[in-house]
Parts: sequence; structure tokens; C-alpha cells
Amino acid sequence: MSILTEFPSIDTETLRSLKKTIDSSFLNFSRNYGDNIESFFDPIRFLLIESEQFLINTPWPIIMAIIAIIAWLGSKNIKIVLSVIIILALIGYFDMWENTMKTISITFVAAFLAIVIGIPIGILMAKSNHFQRAMNPVLDVMQTMPSFVYLIPVVMLLGIGKIPGLIAVVVYSIPPMIRLTNLGIRLVNQAVIEAADSYGASNSQKLIYIQIPLALPTIMAGINQTIMLALSMVVIASMIGVTGLGQPVLLAIQNQYFTLGIFNGFAIVGIAIVFDRISQAYGKRIQESHGTADDK
Amino acid sequence: MINKPYIRLKNVSKVFGENPDSVIELVKNDIDKNELQNDYSHVIGLQNINIDIPKNKIQVFMGLSGSGKSTLIRHLNQLIRPTSGEIIVNNINVTELNKKDLINFRRENFAMVFQKFALLPHRTVLSNTYFGLQIRGVKSPELENTAKYWIDKVGLDGFENYHPNQLSGGMQQRVGIARALANDAPILLMDEPFSALDPLIRIEMQDMLITLQKELKKTIVFITHDLDEALKLGDNIAILRDGKIIQSGTGQDIILNPHDSYISNFTAQVNRGKVIECEKVMKKLSKDTFSKITIKKETKLEEAVRIMISSNINEVDVLNSKKKYIGTVHLNDVMASIINPIDEQ
Repeated sequence: MSILTEFPSIDTETLRSLKKTIDSSFLNFSRNYGDNIESFFDPIRFLLIESEQFLINTPWPIIMAIIAIIAWLGSKNIKIVLSVIIILALIGYFDMWENTMKTISITFVAAFLAIVIGIPIGILMAKSNHFQRAMNPVLDVMQTMPSFVYLIPVVMLLGIGKIPGLIAVVVYSIPPMIRLTNLGIRLVNQAVIEAADSYGASNSQKLIYIQIPLALPTIMAGINQTIMLALSMVVIASMIGVTGLGQPVLLAIQNQYFTLGIFNGFAIVGIAIVFDRISQAYGKRIQESHGTADDK
Repeated sequence: MINKPYIRLKNVSKVFGENPDSVIELVKNDIDKNELQNDYSHVIGLQNINIDIPKNKIQVFMGLSGSGKSTLIRHLNQLIRPTSGEIIVNNINVTELNKKDLINFRRENFAMVFQKFALLPHRTVLSNTYFGLQIRGVKSPELENTAKYWIDKVGLDGFENYHPNQLSGGMQQRVGIARALANDAPILLMDEPFSALDPLIRIEMQDMLITLQKELKKTIVFITHDLDEALKLGDNIAILRDGKIIQSGTGQDIILNPHDSYISNFTAQVNRGKVIECEKVMKKLSKDTFSKITIKKETKLEEAVRIMISSNINEVDVLNSKKKYIGTVHLNDVMASIINPIDEQ
């Protein structure tokens, strides 16, 4: 009767050897190819270090001015620009400027990679139902697998540092980019596509002249989500050596420094608000320039 | 028809469903639509369509919803591929074109106007109008200049930088027409272009199309569910029902000799005086002296009545295009032809 009370599982010995085999073969793999894979990521490491150096070494008033100008170009809204300046000033005043710059740097590089990789994948998913069916479970895994779990193989391969942290952030933040690009293109009015077909538009012309412009508001929402997720990942990524606002938070958790945690936590919230308001205001402006409604 | 056919449909059938090829022989052998639907769960879109469409004329396809008229017009530019049959456009069998050739063929031969306009919502009137040209690789400034010319032609001068959602339905369809004409394609496909418009705007647009066609002389294929519209615009009219053409001919032919009761039900509602021409009613008399007032053989009955009443006469002589006497119409005969033949119904 024990079969009902206890789930029939494979015996401990087999299970142990199974785990052992997988672990040791992966270890061998990472020993043999770790260096190659690491050098593959060199350009990204270069990008990451350069952007961090730029943000830290440039005098703070210039950085602040640049961010304020970006906020203005994105939103054309003086209120948003002012709140961006106030948030940055508060962060600097509480001595978190350098860490904030490091976080902005990795967030930007991660978001940039997520966009560059995510949009083409999203377009392919929209074009091919087969590819969509194949990608969906992959995206589900990326979104729900606890991030600690996929940190393990990344760290085994590449050790502790910026690159594994960046990979973890990109993996975690890319799914909304892919999903919303796919959705945006699929939601484009079929009548408009038919009209383009009737005038002899090729697939790439349809994509460039119609599908991407009309999907742009949805794609912008994806970019916004990607940036937010990337930011929320920096604390977890700090466990494997990503510097920035995450590290003091980690320190605060380990030592129960309440105020340190709160300050740095709020700094993350602050830059999240900055990114969010700018990208949302930009998305809204695109939508308005498209006209508020489709022809129904 | 004196014109040689420009577009020819030969035994075109279209079946929708899981495996159209499995039932196509039944469809070719004239199986009933309902029988196919109930026993084989396939739906007939078109069944054995044969028609020649002349060059530079307006060919109207009329039918109610579900008659296959929108399916038919989409076969001409292959937005829908037939299950069987041939579609010859300008001596080319379009059903045999591969994807790349088809794209080129569409660019060079077709422009299309849609019932729901299908404008690009993110583009201005100007850039909507040059869309077809842009697709063909035409560059600035020819792009803008051509678009501007056609925007003026359809009466939207000054609206170049508006977005479609800022325009009324009638104005949006003017953009749709400008987009189609800017392309300068020889064939204009119009899928119920005026059905979504208010009655007054619709008449305005019909008049605009007639005026434009006098100048452009394109081959127009026009879909409508409105017989009045069909009679007003069509040089030839084909009536569709359940995916089959049940009658094809000029407006007069259809009014005077409806093929069956389905068609005579439609024609009963029509103002016959605006459709029938004097030639059909006149009697040839042998006479030496002719009336002072004369009319052309194409004159519509309603107009003939107006002329006779205003001149206070009850018969008038009819002349052909060479101003030769060919007959005389009598007011009584004309009136008798205008009123609907109730007894036949």
C-alpha cells in the first residue's frame, strides 16, 4: 500500500548518479570552453566598462543635463524634466551618485541588448506560427524560472563578475520585449495589410512601412517593461558581482542595516520612475502622432 | 461588345474548407451550395465563373452579402487564389505567376479601393496617397508631386497633412481613391467603395467617379450590393448569387429581360426611366417630314418625357449618332415602359 502514500520515485542511487553525470559533464564543458565563451563576450564587456566609465568620470552636472535633455526630447513635458532633475539631485545629495551611475550603465546595456535581440525575435514570432509555438515555452521558462537557478550555470561558465550579471539581467528582462513586439505586429489591422498586398508590397515593405510603425506603441510598452525588469534584477545580480545600487542593498540585508537598505532601495525606485515616465511619455506621443483611432 | 476582353475568367471556382481539392470536381459539376455544405462541410465561394471584362469600361458585379462578389474581385489580383480555373489579365494567366512576379504584376496593373477605406492610420493624406508609388520605388519629388495632383483631383486640396482619423468617411474614401489613381494602374478594383457612406455623399462620390472615368478611361471592376448604383455606373453588370453569375449584360438588358424572379424582384424597385434608352421603345415609321425637336437614341426615357412635355408634343423623332432618323417615340409608349410591369410579378 505504500505506493499510495508515497509517490513512486526513482531510487536515490540512480537519481544521485544522474545529477552527478549532468553536473560533471557541464563542469567539463565549462572547463574546456569557458575561456572561449568568455572571449565571445568581450565586446559586451567593453561596452559595459566604457559606458560605466563615461557615466562615472563625466562631471555630474553634465550627466544631469544630458538626462534632463533626454527627458525633454522624450516627453516634451517640463514637469517630467523637473521631477527627473529633483530625483537625481536627491540621489546625489545622499551620496549614491556613483552607485546610481553604475546601475544606470548596466540597465542601459542590458536594455539595449534586450531590444536588439528581442525585436527581431518578436518579428519572427509574428511572421511564423511555428516559431511562435516553439518560443512560447522558452519565454515561459525565462520569466518564471527563479533567477538564482540560471545564475548557477552562468557563474560556472563565466565566473563571478559583470558579464554573468548582465546575461542574467538580459535573460530576465527580454521576454516582454519579445512578446509585445510579436503582439504589436499581430494586432495590426488585417484590412491595412490586405491593402498593402493589393498594391504589391513585399514582405519587407509591409514590415517597414506598416507593421513596425503601427506596432510601435506596443513595442514601446515592451521597451518600458524591459527597462523596469532590468532595474528590478540589479539587486539579485549584485550577488554575482554586479556593482551599483544592488550591492549596498545586499549588504543591508546581510547586516540588517535598515537605513542603508531604504536609501538605496529608494534610489532604485527613483531611477525606475525616471526611466518609466520618459519612455511612457514618448510612447504616448508616438501613439498620438498615429492618430488616436484606427479606421474601423 | 466590340472591345476585346481585357480580363477573362475561365471556369473559376473557389472552395473554402479543410481540403478544397477533394470536392472541386463536385463543384465543377454544379453541385448545389447547400448540399456541399451539409454533406461535405465545404463552402462554395465561387462556382464556374466565366466572364469577359472589356477594357476601359466599368464592369459592375452586383450581389447581396454572401454572393461571392468580394471573393471574386480578390481573385483578379490574386489576394485570393482560385481552387480551379484560369484568370487571364492582359494576356497573362495570373494564377500561374510565382510570388515575386505576382508582386510585380500587382504593382503594374492594379490599384484597389476598399469598403472600409483601409488607409494607413499613421500616415498623412499625402503619404497615404503616394503609398502605391513608394512601393514601386518612385522617389521624391515625383512622389509628392503626383500625390498632390491626385489629392487636388479628388477635391482634398489643403488636407495633405491631415491624418485619416481627422477626416469624415467621405473624405477618407476620397483619399482611398486618390491613392488608387496616383498609382496610374490600368485596372481599378473597387470593393463596395461607397457602401459605408451616407446616401448624399454616396451620390456625390458616384458622380465624381463618372467624371473621372470620362477623362481616365480605366478598366474599372466595381462591386456593389445596390442595383441603383450598379445601373448608374456600370457599362456592364453581372449579378451574382451563391457564387454564380446568374445574369450578365447592360443595365437595360437586365431591366428589360430579368433572367429570373430573383432579379426581377430587384429590378422592380428601380426607376426604369433613368435606365432604359429611347432606342428600345421607338418605332420606325416611314415618313417624309420630321419633327423639329429630335433626340439621340441614347436618351433615357425620363429625359424624353421631360422634353416632350416641356415642348407640348406627344411624339419625337430619334436620331442615331450620325444624325440619321432611326425612329419615333410616342409619349404613351414611353410612359408605359417607365411604369413597372406589375403583372409579370
